[in-house]
Amino acid sequence: MAEIAFPAPDPEILARRDAIVAGLARLVAPECLITEADGRRPFETDALTAYRRLPMAVVLPRTTEEVSAVLGFLNAEGVKVVARGAGTSLAGGAIPQEDAVVVGVSKMNRILDIDYASRTMRVEAGITNLAVTGAVAADGFFYAPDPSSQLACTIAGNIAMNSGGAHCLKYGVTTNNILGVKMVLIDGTVVELGGDALDAPGLDLLGLVIGSEGQLGIVTEATLRILHAAEGARPVLFGFPTSEAAGAAVAAIIGAGIIPVAMEFMDRPAIAICEAYAKAGYPLDVEAMLIIEVEGSDAEMDATLKRIIAIAQAHGVTTIRESRSAMETAAIWKGRKSAFGATGRVADYICMDGTIPTGRLPEVLRAMEEIATGYGLRVANVFHAGDGNLHPLILYNINDPDEQARAEAAGNDILKLCVDVGGCLTGEHGVGIEKRELMTHQFAPVDLEQQMRVRAVFDPAWLLNPAKVFPLEGRWQGR
Amino acid sequence: MSVLFPKDEAECAGLVGDIAGRGETLEIVGGGTRAGLGRPVEATHRLSSAQMSGITLYEPSELVIGARAGTPVSTIEAALAEKGQMLPFEPMDHRTLYGQTGEPTIGAVAAANVSGPRRISVGAARDHLIGVRFVNGRGEVVKSGGRVMKNVTGLDLVKLSAGAHGTLGVLTEVIFKLLPRPDASLTLVFRGLGDADAVGLMSLALGSPYEVSAAAHLPAEADFSGRTLIRIEGFPASLAYRRDQLVARLAAHGAAEALEGEAEGALWARVRDCAPLAGDGTGEVWRVSVAPAKAAGFVAGLSEAGIVRHFYDWGGGLVWLSRAAGALDDGAIFAAAARAGGHAMLVRAPDARRRAGPVFQPLSAGVMALTAGIKASIDPGHAINPGRMYEGL
Repeated sequence: MAEIAFPAPDPEILARRDAIVAGLARLVAPECLITEADGRRPFETDALTAYRRLPMAVVLPRTTEEVSAVLGFLNAEGVKVVARGAGTSLAGGAIPQEDAVVVGVSKMNRILDIDYASRTMRVEAGITNLAVTGAVAADGFFYAPDPSSQLACTIAGNIAMNSGGAHCLKYGVTTNNILGVKMVLIDGTVVELGGDALDAPGLDLLGLVIGSEGQLGIVTEATLRILHAAEGARPVLFGFPTSEAAGAAVAAIIGAGIIPVAMEFMDRPAIAICEAYAKAGYPLDVEAMLIIEVEGSDAEMDATLKRIIAIAQAHGVTTIRESRSAMETAAIWKGRKSAFGATGRVADYICMDGTIPTGRLPEVLRAMEEIATGYGLRVANVFHAGDGNLHPLILYNINDPDEQARAEAAGNDILKLCVDVGGCLTGEHGVGIEKRELMTHQFAPVDLEQQMRVRAVFDPAWLLNPAKVFPLEGRWQGR
Repeated sequence: MSVLFPKDEAECAGLVGDIAGRGETLEIVGGGTRAGLGRPVEATHRLSSAQMSGITLYEPSELVIGARAGTPVSTIEAALAEKGQMLPFEPMDHRTLYGQTGEPTIGAVAAANVSGPRRISVGAARDHLIGVRFVNGRGEVVKSGGRVMKNVTGLDLVKLSAGAHGTLGVLTEVIFKLLPRPDASLTLVFRGLGDADAVGLMSLALGSPYEVSAAAHLPAEADFSGRTLIRIEGFPASLAYRRDQLVARLAAHGAAEALEGEAEGALWARVRDCAPLAGDGTGEVWRVSVAPAKAAGFVAGLSEAGIVRHFYDWGGGLVWLSRAAGALDDGAIFAAAARAGGHAMLVRAPDARRRAGPVFQPLSAGVMALTAGIKASIDPGHAINPGRMYEGL
């Protein structure tokens, strides 16, 4: 298994670096342009830390107009651009290349408007996911997508990756919760897609842009749908003697017409790692655990839980523990949301993100275990069970190149398995560089070519995040 | 004009490739019940999805259904009802508005992004469409998305297909995610409110924790008495609790009666299908998307546009308007919608009117350029549904 390839830097662009940096210096204030190597270093990777490339320069504009000027200039100069939010991509979506300029939106983080009557909020796209909910929480509202990195990740990055989170079983993912964006195209043109109305006019360009991984433009502002929070929410831990039993319980709950707000799955290794970190009271004597959260008034939650518990009991549940306080609820979710970070304390890991039809869960869990064992590796499983979005964490040692290669090979095998059972390579993390070469496993050449033709409408010269999503070979260049 | 009935996707791809290769054009037809939607298409052929029919996938425990594009919506809904499930977005039936008698198809629901009252709480058809297969203007079969509900693999051509009115390829198969059908439903009815007051009430209800599934306001001019409707759905004990909470919270807007059962279902079907403005089938009907907080002001500002009647769905986020055919300058409604930050679509008008002027809200130059580019990237010869959305595209 070869390392993930990057295109060779263009020597002609590298030779013009000084002139390009000087050009950028004319467009933004000195504190918005980072040129020294030490200053650029934090931008050389994202959460896929095994790969690093130092960009030529980093620009952190303060306004849409500055983004427009910067992109217009770089487009005219033929310089590649890698957009960046907070750099929390697990798929390498924000990793730059040596002949590219990073354009980050982190200085654009203001809230522009909150409209409770229409239940919308307009923000600059560099604001963090958690800050959005933080701004409306005192009034009882929240923004639904809640990726585990929500403390750091930006709305711009959420839009680029169509981020989900633990609660999207009920509330949907980013694309279901964004009404409009202001976006700068590679030539500097500023377009408004959608707005503050529910439906957008014309083609659903907003739907195309969300999840496009920074290849179509840079989003600088967004209008978000906000919701009033339920009266209460209560997570309950269910321990099962086997993963199969837990998986079957999930299918039975949905089959019974119950849509809990979240249904999260952890296997024994993941439970042990997260409990050691978060002290959330997870049961350590079970093979699989579900965190099922219900919402509503106390009486409504009691009634829904009664039905869920009956189903769990029919599937051999051995431990049931309800949260009894806000502190317990926070601890339960802290354990789940820190799963990746807690795993990082015990080993390096690759986090996979394939989605499968939930009916195939038991066999896929077994097959994943066999794949990992076959490569001499361990895997811990944490995932969104209700929607089949798996997050197997393949544990390895980053300082052992052979082990890293085996971990990447195991990850690729697991993703191919996800596709082969009717699922997909990535449910919410994006393709990035990580899964780029696997795209041919999910898509026929004609499917990929059609996507690339659409991509070319926005970026005909492949300047925007060019090393991502599509396999490096066979890129469609024509018009 | 010939009407072509491909039996399957492969034959469909061959026909589209041949037609486009000869520089000819085709109009896609499903059940024909939405032929009045969009601009009239002038094409050398008609291509019917009627023989590409049937459910291809239904997994109730995974909340997903797939079907060939020509499958009647009634077939889908019957299969779902048997398992206590539903298409969450409550798709509108356009037959009431157009006086058509055909069978609406699931392909057209996807192509026209057809939603209904529950759109305000759970999202539109485009939010539930998770997979498509289509034939592009090169006669190639393209797939995007799939059968799983979380999928960010590659560019989302699924969303692009939803609401493209068939201008970006002939849909051959669509996959939707589903929801369980609620055990029970109840609508609170408030009477005699003015528009601004009614929209305020709907905002208060939708901004509450009580999971309002639909909210509409029928002014007296569009209804026999003037009613504001707040619908909740769920299991009976939950409904009773939320009804009481909402009644207390909304008491400042007056007393509410509760409507349930067949009468409730029939009333929401009228709202869904725009029945209050259907009239004798001739007048112009418009739908305007606007932020709810601006809805009443938008309507109040329309006095010079010759509006006869109107009502609100989606808590004010959708305004339906009617006026006499060809009454006044057609730019007035588009301009007013744009001033309110929203957009309008002419849903019903004579063919001549829809041929002569814009039907969809005119786009900014930048967005129009992207639209034209995307059309060309999928259908370079403009062979499929040419001009359905915009003249020349």
